[in-house]
Amino acid sequence: MRIGVFVCKCGTNIAGTVDTEAVAAEALTFADVVYATSYMYTCSEPGQQEIQRAISEHKLQGVVVAACSPRMHEPTFRRAVEKAGLNRYMFEMANIREHVSWIGTDRVANTGKAADLVRMAVAKLRFNQPLFSSRMPVNKRVLVIGGGVAGIQAALDCAEGGLDVVMVEKRTSIGGKMAQLDKTFPTIDCSSCILGPKMVDVSQKENITLYAASEIEAINGYIGNFSVQIRKKATYVDWEACTGCGLCMEKCPGKAPDAFNVGLGATKAINIPFPQAIPRKAAIDPKHCRQFTKGKCGVCKKLCPVSAIDFDMQDSIVTEEVGAIVVATGYDLFDHSVYGEYGAGRYPDVISGLQYERILSASGPYGGHIRRPSDGREPKDIVFIACVGSRDPSVDRPYCSGVCCMYIAKQAILTRDHLPDSNSYVFYMDIRAPGKNYDEFVRRAQEEYAVQYIRGRVGKIYPRGDRMVVQGADTLLGVQVEVEADLVVLATGVEASAGAGALAEKLRISYDQYGFYMESHPKLRPVETNTAGVYLAGACQGPKDIPASVAQGSAAASKVQALFSRDTIETNPQVALVNERTCVACGKCIEVCPFGAIRFKELRGGIQKAEVLPSVCQGCGLCNATCPPKAIQLQHSTDNQILAAVNELCA
Amino acid sequence: MKRVAYYKGCSLEGLAAEYDVSTRALCEAFGIELVEIPDWNCCGSTPAHSYDPMLSAALAGRNLAIAAQHGCELVMTPCPGCLKSLKGALEINGHPEKREAFVELTGMEIDDRIQAVSLLQFIYEQIGVEGVQKSIRRPLTGHVVVPYYGCLLTRPAAAARFDDPENPTSMDLLIQATGATVPDFPYKTECCGATYGVTRNDIVGKLSGRILDMAARLGAEAVAVACPLCQQNLDLRQDQVNSYNKRTFDLCVVYIPQLIGLALGIEPKLLGMDKLFVNPGRLLQDLEG
Repeated sequence: MRIGVFVCKCGTNIAGTVDTEAVAAEALTFADVVYATSYMYTCSEPGQQEIQRAISEHKLQGVVVAACSPRMHEPTFRRAVEKAGLNRYMFEMANIREHVSWIGTDRVANTGKAADLVRMAVAKLRFNQPLFSSRMPVNKRVLVIGGGVAGIQAALDCAEGGLDVVMVEKRTSIGGKMAQLDKTFPTIDCSSCILGPKMVDVSQKENITLYAASEIEAINGYIGNFSVQIRKKATYVDWEACTGCGLCMEKCPGKAPDAFNVGLGATKAINIPFPQAIPRKAAIDPKHCRQFTKGKCGVCKKLCPVSAIDFDMQDSIVTEEVGAIVVATGYDLFDHSVYGEYGAGRYPDVISGLQYERILSASGPYGGHIRRPSDGREPKDIVFIACVGSRDPSVDRPYCSGVCCMYIAKQAILTRDHLPDSNSYVFYMDIRAPGKNYDEFVRRAQEEYAVQYIRGRVGKIYPRGDRMVVQGADTLLGVQVEVEADLVVLATGVEASAGAGALAEKLRISYDQYGFYMESHPKLRPVETNTAGVYLAGACQGPKDIPASVAQGSAAASKVQALFSRDTIETNPQVALVNERTCVACGKCIEVCPFGAIRFKELRGGIQKAEVLPSVCQGCGLCNATCPPKAIQLQHSTDNQILAAVNELCA
Repeated sequence: MKRVAYYKGCSLEGLAAEYDVSTRALCEAFGIELVEIPDWNCCGSTPAHSYDPMLSAALAGRNLAIAAQHGCELVMTPCPGCLKSLKGALEINGHPEKREAFVELTGMEIDDRIQAVSLLQFIYEQIGVEGVQKSIRRPLTGHVVVPYYGCLLTRPAAAARFDDPENPTSMDLLIQATGATVPDFPYKTECCGATYGVTRNDIVGKLSGRILDMAARLGAEAVAVACPLCQQNLDLRQDQVNSYNKRTFDLCVVYIPQLIGLALGIEPKLLGMDKLFVNPGRLLQDLEG
C-alpha cells in the first residue's frame, strides 16, 4: 500500500509544543509510507487540496492525517480523500492535539508521542479495507420529548413543515415551566397569553399526536428508524371520553398538594392542573384520592356526565416509529432547603422564585394579590436574594443559572405595580443581563421602580416576631446590613431535571456532571447530540431563558427538516460481520448483543451460522470481543487492525 | 463498655471545670470509659495557629499520637477550639511534607485511623437521641431551653464534617430528648464575640447581647452550650453584657452534658451546677420538687 501522512500544525495549537516537521520526517521511515509532510491548517480548503494533489501525484492508496480529534474533522477528511478517488475508509486520523499538544508542554516528549500515534495509525491503515454504505429509507416522523415552550416550538415548526409529530409530556398538560410564569422579561407580557395560543395549536394540528401524562419507556433503533415505547401512565380518567367540564374537580372531597402552584395552596385529588391546560382533561392523584387511600368515595365516578372515571385503569405501553427525536425535557428548580442559613425550607414566608410567580399570577393561589403564605397578609417589605443554588460550589452548583437576575428585576417591578407602597430589596453578587434590552430593564427596576439593589450575600434569615430578618453584607459600603422583611423571595437557580440521566441512557446521549445534556460541539453543533438523529432544545442542554429556548426549539426543528429532506440516508458500514467459514454457531454473540442485531440463519443442509442485521447493529464491538473463534469482526476495528496498532506501540 | 480517648484541654482545667465534671458524670452514666490521654498538652489554641499552623499541628497532634499509642482510635474533646486544632493536625497526614515535618518536630507519627470528634458529636452518634431519651429519669418538661452551638463547632464545614454548618439540629434533638421545649433558635451559630471578651468588651457586649436577647424573646430560661468560651461570655460576662446593653438578662447558661445529666437524675452538685455564675435555680427547683 502507498500511504501518505499529513501532520497538521493547527496554527500554533499543535506546532507550539510538537515538532511537526520531525514527526513528518519520522513518518517517512514507517512501512508503506511514501509521502509525508506537515501543513499549517490541514482542514482548510488549500489543506484539503494538498491532500488531493498528493493522492494523485504519489498514487496514494491510503491517507493518515495527524491533527485534532476525529469528532470534528474525520468527516471533512473522509470527504476530501473520497473526492480524490479513494474509499473514505482508507483514511485514518491520529489525534495529536487533544491527546498530545494540549495536554503536555514537553516538546521532546510530545513529538515522540505524536510520532507514536502516527505510527499506530499507519499500522492500522495497512489493514484497512474499502467499505461501502448502503441506503435505507427515512421514517419522516419526529418524536418531541417534553412539552415546554422549547418542545412546543420544535413540534409546531416540524408540523408546519408537514411532518408527523409525536409529542410526549410527563405531566398531564403541556406548557412546562413557562405556563407557571406570570409575566415575562423584559417586555412584561403575560406568559400564558403568549404561550396559550401555541399550546392550543399543538392540540389542533392534525399532524401532532400528543401523549400527555406519558413517559419514554424505551428507545430502540437508529437515525431514520427509531422505535419508541411510550408509557401512558394511568390517569384513572378515560381521556377519550373526558370533556374537561371540571364537575369532578368541583365536587371532589379530597385535597392534594397543588404542584402547579408549587405547593402553595391545595388542589383536588382529581384535577385539571390549570384553566388553560392542554389537553384539558382531568386526572386522579391516587396518593390523595379517597377511593385509593380509604377504599371508598367514588363521588367523581357518580357525577361524571360521560362516565369517564375508571379506578381500575393501568399504565399502558404504545409504540411509535419515528425517524428523529427532539429532546426538550427542560429543567428543575434548585431546592433551597439545603441552605440552613436561609431556613432550610422551614419558614413559610421564605419562598422560591417560582412560588412568587404563582403568587403574582392572576390564576395563582391568591388570585394575583400579593400575600404572604403564612398569614395571608399583604407584605410591605420584600427582599429578593439572587444566586440561591447558582454560582455556589459549596452546593455543587458553580454555574450561573442565567435567568435569575432578570426574573428578580421583573418580579420587583411587578411587586411595585401591585403594591405601590411596598419596598423591594435585592441582594445580588453581580447583575448578569446580557440579552437584548435586558440591562435597560434592570436599570428601570433600579431607577424608575426604586428597587434597592444591595451588592452582597445574605448570611442568615430568621424570624423576628411575624417578620423575617435578613442579615447580610453590603460589600460596596463594607458594612453589615439587616433588613426586616415580610416576605423573602429566593432566586432559586436552574438545575437539570430529575430524570435527565435515566432518559439520556435510554437515548444513548451524554450529559455533563450536573445532568445537562451535551451538545455535539459547544459552538458549532449546539442542537445536535453525538447520537445521530437526536437533537436538543431548551434548558435540558443548559440554563436558558424563553427566547433562547424558543430559538433552540426552532433550530432543532430545522435540523429535523434537513434530515427529512432526503428520502434515504446512508448506513454506517462500520458494523459487525460474520466470517461463516469460522463461525461455530455457539450463539455467544447473540447473547451479548445489546441491540438484538444478531440472529441465527440456516445454510443449506441445516448448518447454523450467526448473521448480523447491519441496519440494527450499532458497532459497539461486544460480539467481536466475545466470539471464541473470532469469526465475528467489527468492520474498520477488526482484531487485525487493532493488534497492528498495539504492536507498533509495544514494538 | 465503650472506650474513648478523652482530651479535655486547658479550659476544662480551670474556668470550665464544670464542663469536665459533667462530661465525666454523663459518660459514666452511659457506661463509657474515658481514657484521659497521659501527659497531654495544650493544643496551642489561637496563638499557635495564628503564629504557625505547623506549631498548632505539632502541639495538637502530639496528643493524637499518644492516644493512638494507648490503643484509642477515637479522640473526644468537649472544646470546639481544641477540636479545630486536632482536626488541623489530622489534615497533615494528607501532605507528605507536613507529615515529615511533624515527625521531625515531635518524633511521633499520627496513625491514619485516628479520628477526633466533639463531645456533642460523640453523644449524638454514640449514645444517640433515642439512647438519651430512654435514660431520662427527671424529664425537663416545661422548661424552655435554646441550643447555642457557637460559631466554631460545625465550621468550617469541610473540617467539622458534622451536622449542617448553618442550621445544625443535633443539640436541638438531644435537648428535646430531655423533655425540654426547644424553640427554633435563629442565632444558634452566631458568634458570641469569642476572645474579644478580654480586649474589646464592647464587641462581646453587642454580640453576646444579641444572643441573650434572642433567647429571652423566645421565652428561654436557659441556654445550652458546648463551648467553654461561649459559656464564659454568656454566663461569666452576663453582668457586663447587661450593663453594656442596659438590660437585665437572667438566663442560666449550661453545658449540654450538665443539661442531659440533670434529666438523667444525676445530682446537680456532681454536674458542677454550683460553678455557674448565673444561678440555675429555676432549672433545679422543679427537679427537686
